[in-house]
Amino acid sequence: MKKSELPDPFETARTTKGYGEMDDQNDPVTMILGLKDVRKCAHNWKTFTSQSAPGRIVIPSEVNIRDTRQIPFEMDPPAHKAYRAIVEPWFKRPLEADYSVELSKQINTIVDEALAKNAVEIVEGFALKLQSRALTLLLNTPYEEAETWISWGTHVFRSEGNPLDGDKATILYDYIDKNITRAMENPNGDLYSMLLEATIDGQKLTREEIKGVVVLTFSGGRDTIINAVTNAIAYFGEHPESLARLKNEPEIVNNAVEELIRYFSPLTQMGRVVTEDTEVCEHAVKANSRISLCWASANRDERTFENPNEVVLDRKLNPHVGFGFGHHNCLGATHARQIMTILVKTLAEKVKSIDILDYKDNIEDLGEFKRKVGYDKLTVKFN
Amino acid sequence: MAKITFITRDNETIILEGTSGSVMQLAVDNGVPGIDGDCGGVCSCATCHVHVDVGHHLKTGEATEIETDMLELNDYANERSRLCCQIQISDAIDGIVLQVAESD
Repeated sequence: MKKSELPDPFETARTTKGYGEMDDQNDPVTMILGLKDVRKCAHNWKTFTSQSAPGRIVIPSEVNIRDTRQIPFEMDPPAHKAYRAIVEPWFKRPLEADYSVELSKQINTIVDEALAKNAVEIVEGFALKLQSRALTLLLNTPYEEAETWISWGTHVFRSEGNPLDGDKATILYDYIDKNITRAMENPNGDLYSMLLEATIDGQKLTREEIKGVVVLTFSGGRDTIINAVTNAIAYFGEHPESLARLKNEPEIVNNAVEELIRYFSPLTQMGRVVTEDTEVCEHAVKANSRISLCWASANRDERTFENPNEVVLDRKLNPHVGFGFGHHNCLGATHARQIMTILVKTLAEKVKSIDILDYKDNIEDLGEFKRKVGYDKLTVKFN
Repeated sequence: MAKITFITRDNETIILEGTSGSVMQLAVDNGVPGIDGDCGGVCSCATCHVHVDVGHHLKTGEATEIETDMLELNDYANERSRLCCQIQISDAIDGIVLQVAESD
């Protein structure tokens, strides 16, 4: 197997029965695998709710490590709409010219730093830094804050060998609490200040609701962006011809970014809680059990995608669900797309080839499936 | 050259002219409210949903299965729905009127 390849472990189950099964802390999950089924279930929020106990729709479940509801992520319509409307314009700021100029400066700096070194460990030494620095733009906080976030390591909620580290979550919650208090005393145009000003039907958000939005912002864009960036470096390491092509054909960069998101599917799946006894893929699912929308499997559905296991850089029709589907589609997608677009352009302009020196795969254990989602470590040299 | 009229969700009329590329790109480049084109035109985000005005819908040609699948679960879709990233600008669509669809 090539070092940069991300195999599709779901193919047989998807084509034969359409679903898979996994346990997660004694709260089993029926995984929905086909693209159309995933979309249908994502759309049907009345039967497949996001508004369950905080943390339960996440896999692995976070019910034992947090009580704060992530907003608007863990809400259903119609309440969801009002909260989403508050945050949506803020999360579209990456489209503004100043924002992309700053992001471009950050990414050029980090690529230049990598070019100057003989070897770079990408996960901690490149992707985590890039993600954390870029997050200062999304939150509109001082650049120096990135150092604190980098010190937390690659997982906000997780430590090496312990996927559900309650102590680490406490560090994040304390940090957010402190910043909400700071913004109450000295509003300065950052995300906390905007949320403190926002109202729904004349009512300000509660402190807990503000915390819920900020926790989502930190956790939703952490390992996902780190995986996307790291996987992109590995891909270009094995495909220098793609770097050359993107340099010569910058007009396909948008298609390439969407295709990499499809192929990488940086978030494997997202759960929902079943509200009534029903069926998915002719399989009975009980009320109060969980299903998951398996984006990674849907994105390889051979009924929609030709050559689903190949990266086709200029794929024109690409109805992937790498950023989810429907009213809960990824709030940070605009930011993520800008990061990936600028990164791909910068690499194409500045880097001729990338040597992969060492790597360790990050394999998710999903019951009957084992899925490579990225790397625990990836050491490379940029040329 | 094709003249394309957009009617926004606030009933504002915006008339644009284009010669090539997609209708979505023309709308985004000119800031038509409600046409976001988040995915850049690969038919993955459905943020460029329009209703083609009666009498004009034949001008745009048929939607592909991938496009109709995207629209199938859209609560604001009707038989005149299109994702305008999939409509190419040409003389054939001159005079077309597009109503920007509601979204969640």
